[in-house]
Amino acid sequence: MIEVSNLSVSFGSGEARRQVVKGVSFVVGKGETLGIVGESGCGKSTVLRSLAGLDRHWEGEIRLAGNAVDRERSREQLKLAQMVFQDPYGSIHPRHRIERVLAEPARAMKIGDGWSRVAPSLEQVGLPANFAERFPHELSGGQRQRVAIARALMLEPEILLLDEPTSALDVSVQAEVLNLLSDLREERNLTYVLVSHDLSVIAHMCDRVLVMKDGAFVDELDKGALEQGQTHHPYSKQLFKASFL
Amino acid sequence: MPAPETVLSVRNLAVRFGRSKLRAVDGVSLDLGTERLGIVGESGSGKSTLGRAIMRLLPNAAHVEAATLDFDGKPLLTRPEREMRTLRGNRMALIMQDPRYSLNPVLSVGKQVAEAALLHGKIGKKEAYAKAADMLARVRIADVERVMSLYPHQISGGMGQRVMIAMMLLAKPRLVVADEPTSALDVSVRGDVLNLLDELVRENNSGLMLISHDIRMVAAFCQRILVMYKGRVVETLTRLDEAQHPYTRGLIAAMPDPRNPVQRLQTLDRRAIDALEARS
Amino acid sequence: MSLVTSASAGSKPGILLARIGRSLKNALIKLSREPVGLFGFIVLLLLIIVAILAPLIAPYSPTTQNLPNALQAPSWEHWAGTDEYGRDILSRLIYGTRITIQTVLAVSVIVGPIGMLVGIVAGFVGGRTDAILMRFTDIVLSFPSLILALSFAAALGAGLETAIIAISLTGWPPIARLARAETLIVRNTDYVAAARLYGASPLRVLFLYIAPMCIPSVVVRLTLNMAGIILTAAALGFLGLGAQPPAPEWGAMISSGRQYMLDNWWVAVMPGIAILLTSLAFNLVGDALRDILDPRHARS
Repeated sequence: MIEVSNLSVSFGSGEARRQVVKGVSFVVGKGETLGIVGESGCGKSTVLRSLAGLDRHWEGEIRLAGNAVDRERSREQLKLAQMVFQDPYGSIHPRHRIERVLAEPARAMKIGDGWSRVAPSLEQVGLPANFAERFPHELSGGQRQRVAIARALMLEPEILLLDEPTSALDVSVQAEVLNLLSDLREERNLTYVLVSHDLSVIAHMCDRVLVMKDGAFVDELDKGALEQGQTHHPYSKQLFKASFL
Repeated sequence: MPAPETVLSVRNLAVRFGRSKLRAVDGVSLDLGTERLGIVGESGSGKSTLGRAIMRLLPNAAHVEAATLDFDGKPLLTRPEREMRTLRGNRMALIMQDPRYSLNPVLSVGKQVAEAALLHGKIGKKEAYAKAADMLARVRIADVERVMSLYPHQISGGMGQRVMIAMMLLAKPRLVVADEPTSALDVSVRGDVLNLLDELVRENNSGLMLISHDIRMVAAFCQRILVMYKGRVVETLTRLDEAQHPYTRGLIAAMPDPRNPVQRLQTLDRRAIDALEARS
Repeated sequence: MSLVTSASAGSKPGILLARIGRSLKNALIKLSREPVGLFGFIVLLLLIIVAILAPLIAPYSPTTQNLPNALQAPSWEHWAGTDEYGRDILSRLIYGTRITIQTVLAVSVIVGPIGMLVGIVAGFVGGRTDAILMRFTDIVLSFPSLILALSFAAALGAGLETAIIAISLTGWPPIARLARAETLIVRNTDYVAAARLYGASPLRVLFLYIAPMCIPSVVVRLTLNMAGIILTAAALGFLGLGAQPPAPEWGAMISSGRQYMLDNWWVAVMPGIAILLTSLAFNLVGDALRDILDPRHARS
């Protein structure tokens, strides 16, 4: 579903040029969930933003669903992958009602009027249909994140890119959102890339985890290795130790 | 462990904001000795309000009432603000989530720590500077000289938290309230900061109140845990597996645990908890 | 662009009306907690009513001269006294509200959209466009507004229209800067990033995502500006470059009353009070609007 080869991202120019992602390659199969774990500034979010098409400084090759995508995405290419952001308070326009938030993707893409699909999509993420009338500030953080997930699914992408989707939420709300994401994955056979600093969230959601440090992957762990805490690199070992005191 | 002497004694503490009838903190009682006490709850549970109420750092709109609020055997609520200010600098300390907001942004780190040294020991400027460098080395800051010349916005969160702890090592507070001290930090430095905090309170024989949403982290670090829900303490634990209250159990079950994988995470049945709370 | 269709979201006008009603009610509730702002709103409301109903309220004609009655002190017959031509000052003030409100509205309608467009485009497009637009804004901003207005009035001939144009020309740069600053913040938010991900065109982002976030602060700024506009208009009138006699413009009234001021205080003081009260009301309303529209400035 996703093939990335030799992806590099640099910011700035001349003396100040800094390579944030250093030639990483990975493959994610259809229906698989890949986790990327690392500390702040390791480049994990940059990888995700390059996959989504938000960062245009990348070099290398990205193939989504078999098609190589450009730095400047066409509408067809944008439909392949959508993103859920970390902060549910900042990712929804504060002056748009929920119905507009959910109708916008279809309207912006000029496919249908969008309004008619608001109610079913709210229901799909477990929110009552009358939420369409509300403004974001009338919703709790967890409810907003549900709306953000519903919005990302409006264009029916096959890939969902999740940037720390629960780190701003309370534990119990986090559990609800993670369950919702698992259900949706099953229902729609979605492919996820989940970026997080929280190893326990990653371990719960993912089939495979890449450990990132200073712009490169240093370790790869599968489900079994995660359960038993087997690591192949001192950094991931340290990360494991710190995560489970 | 020596017999814990009481640092802080609270009976029936309640906090209301403005004209609202709703209590953000409702009838909380606790005793804190020279120990590590954890306070756990979700956002809106009143845990941060409790910490600030004890330090009397809440805005004027907040009404704080308590049958007893004694610090070191003397009541806190009746003290004038000026006395509180000296008390907060010396005898009690607050560590916040992002230390870069609690440091003075226009003074270099070294100056601030040296100032703390000047304030607490009757020493000269040069000595204070040397002492500050000592303390920063003690909190395991590698490149002390360089760090001392940096300004708060130039240092990382973990470094900032260390600087805060270094300043407290000088002040030797009796009570340390740490409000989510590690949640803005990277996982790998969390352990270090907690260990430093532990050293700090052991060395000064002081009491630590650790406020956090992360029940596992608190359980690993603290001797006692108070679980708060909607402004009230629902349960006091020493170990997680003692948890009886459905809220505490729900919180623990909601956390994903890689050593014990599940298909679906458990979610809180808030209605059942509220019903139970209403009865008690 | 589908700015209009946003209203059709509810598909029924009933829902739309209910929503407007709800927003109005919320605004009123907030306003009732701000007694000073409420006072400003009431003064403004009165001013507008007076302007509309001027012929019905004014006891005398504002322009008919009555020389035997010249320079009468305030009395029950002439509440604010009469001027050097025997015209009732109160009636002239009442008709003057029309000129003042006309000036303020005209300037705001010109300045608001221009400033916002320049600011939003500069902030959103960035790069060279931003540099050129903002340097141009800086140049205009460095002109002293009254002097520029003076030269304009001198070049185009004195009159209310020239005054409006002159004030507008120097009035838009602050709005543009404000809109640009706001745009720079909004441009980098996650909701704009999300909009780019679902293929929203730049125009769509500009009008549906960025503009709505700029409008509240621009409205507040405009309202606060209105006080300045009134003062500048009065100053131009005073210098004889605004509305021309016998039009009852407040600044012009002070100007013509100047030579009689020492013996007949009311000739200058009455229009002065009108100017003071009106600009004060606009300032109060601006402050209140900031608290209502902009949660970041909310008082704790």
